Amino acid sequence: MTEVSASVVLDLYQRMLRIRRFEEAVGGLFKQGQLPGFVHLYVGEEAVGVGVCAALRADDYITSTHRGHGHVIAKGGDINRMMAELFGKASGYCKGKGGSMHIADFSIGMLGACGIVGGGIPVAVGAGLSAKYRGTDQVAVCFFGDGAANEGSFHESLNLAATLTLPVIFVCENNGYGEFTPARQAMNIENIADRAAAYGMFGVIVDGTDALAVYMVAVEAVERARAGGGPTLIEAKTHRKGGHAEGEDAFLAGQKYRLPEELAAMAAKDPLEIMHRYIVEHAIASSGQLEEMDNAVVRAVNSAIDFARNSPEPDYASLYEDTWV
Amino acid sequence: MPRKTYIQAIQEALAEEMRRDERVLLMGEDVRLGVFAGTRGLHAEFGDRRVIDTPISELAVAGAGVGAAATGLRPVVDLMFGTFLYLAFDQIANQAGAMRYMFGGQATLPLVYMTQNGAGSSAGHHHSQSVHQFFMNMPLIKVVLPSTPYDVKGLLKAAIRDDNPVVFLNSLALGGKRGEVPDEEYTIPLGVADVKRAGADVTICTVGATVYTSLAAAEELAKEGISAEVIDLRTLSPWDKDAVLASVKKTGRFVAVDESFPTCSAASEWAATVAEHAFGDLKAAVQRVNNEDVPMPFSPKLEKAVLPTTEKIVAAVKRTFA
Ligand SMILES: Cc1ncc(C[n+]2csc(CCOP(=O)(O)OP(=O)(O)O)c2C)c(N)n1
Ligand SMILES: [Mg+2]
Repeated sequence: MTEVSASVVLDLYQRMLRIRRFEEAVGGLFKQGQLPGFVHLYVGEEAVGVGVCAALRADDYITSTHRGHGHVIAKGGDINRMMAELFGKASGYCKGKGGSMHIADFSIGMLGACGIVGGGIPVAVGAGLSAKYRGTDQVAVCFFGDGAANEGSFHESLNLAATLTLPVIFVCENNGYGEFTPARQAMNIENIADRAAAYGMFGVIVDGTDALAVYMVAVEAVERARAGGGPTLIEAKTHRKGGHAEGEDAFLAGQKYRLPEELAAMAAKDPLEIMHRYIVEHAIASSGQLEEMDNAVVRAVNSAIDFARNSPEPDYASLYEDTWV
Repeated sequence: MPRKTYIQAIQEALAEEMRRDERVLLMGEDVRLGVFAGTRGLHAEFGDRRVIDTPISELAVAGAGVGAAATGLRPVVDLMFGTFLYLAFDQIANQAGAMRYMFGGQATLPLVYMTQNGAGSSAGHHHSQSVHQFFMNMPLIKVVLPSTPYDVKGLLKAAIRDDNPVVFLNSLALGGKRGEVPDEEYTIPLGVADVKRAGADVTICTVGATVYTSLAAAEELAKEGISAEVIDLRTLSPWDKDAVLASVKKTGRFVAVDESFPTCSAASEWAATVAEHAFGDLKAAVQRVNNEDVPMPFSPKLEKAVLPTTEKIVAAVKRTFA
């Protein structure tokens, strides 16, 4: 394993903390009935978005999913404007018109979360096409789930990116479920990365709970893409710690779908704990310093909540803004 | 009569039809656990063979419904949210809607696509759209959008027994709505409207969740001495022109209320038909109330402002008296 610098390691940890604390706060707010709509949390999957985005430049592109808060934060998004968007406020990233499943920040290359499974995949292919056409060395990444890998958009997009040799990195976040259906029931193969071979592109599997491992795999894929070597499919094996969506226990009315063994195995693979251990063992920072970092992140999240609460609702005049109507 | 929810009525309709006819099977994402509860409990009774959880592959599942129907089964395909039908559009428009005619009558397609229609969960554009108007525009696809527990049960049973493809839309906002549903067997024929409130001065024609908005508007109008008749079409294709024209003959005023984008909406079709066939009966120009012409915003405040509201319907009715 090549050495990764201490500053990169700390940056990975801090970005993961920001996601974790943000998502925990969002879960709490949702439970209190303060957030409208549906909320899908990224808790447990932080190492994937963070490991990949740390390998990107500010001008690279990403597209995201319904479980997209983590991707925005990983790419460097502003948690105040994110939180305000979740509250549906005018100061949100999308002026309150997008919501949890539709956050975007084009200024950092974040081309949008997406409520339609698989919907962001072809958009990243287009961003890759554009980068190649304009002769830049930007790359485009799409994040998507194991479930999305069964959509036509996934298969068509891989083939398109491969045949046009586009700088696109397909990042499959395999958390083992599409809603309540286990991935093993929705596909007859163990590894989604194997599908890369069908389209003539590189495919690689990585432990998606290990941010460093993800980072290194992503660096390689990004280098290949920038150098004109075409797309890569990265399959990150990960877990979602919570349910598919917040509040699902109530509407499932007691129906269970996860195995106790699996929940136990997951508890032992928390990406933040793994990184924390690594940092302390390699004397990159002390536990105390990491705790301080954590406290600062919690303060930032709390002030994002205040910012969101104190922001105005969008006014009616904004209804026809950003249209030609 | 026992009171049941809209969702329970769906469960009962599916279970009864599956008991009645071995050829009926159900497939879709998470239909076993029942994401929106309408399919809940069916797996326990009918097992893996007849209640099939599929991968997230709307196009393939919609098309598999066509193939299964063409070869002797009567599939019910659950596509969860109306917007997911966009991914299945090709198979519905090019195959389901065309096969019988295009192949000179060789194909019979007893096939139901079931999904949730409209706004109601403040979840942003991808989970809050009405799609009924698109399918009204497709020949040979039947389109149903019931508003009450009683109607949803009777119409779903009829849809499953129909030999044509039916897009069966449940109103997302109405899942928890309670109403009287008899335990005894009944069906409601497709294409027959129901007068939800009788009136003499104006006809309000609507369907789905806006039936309730229209009833609330009628209540408001009654306070001002205007007697509104509220017609719930229940089926959008074919739709009950006779019932609507008869009502307009009586009232002389027509307001079409429909939760979809204004251009080529369901309301557009009703209003055009009334203008065409009942021109002599009209005392005022026909009026339409639709969504605002924008994608659905996430903000609950803006979402509410986009949808047809009681106030907008009252105002439209008043325009027919101006
Ligand atoms: C086209 C489409 N089909 C179905 C859904 C409903 N849905 C939302 S999330 C989801 C599961 C997605 O699973 P996966 O891609 O593995 O992502 P994860 O939720 O596990 O992150 C489904 C079926 C949807 N939003 N869009
Ligand atoms: Mg998944």
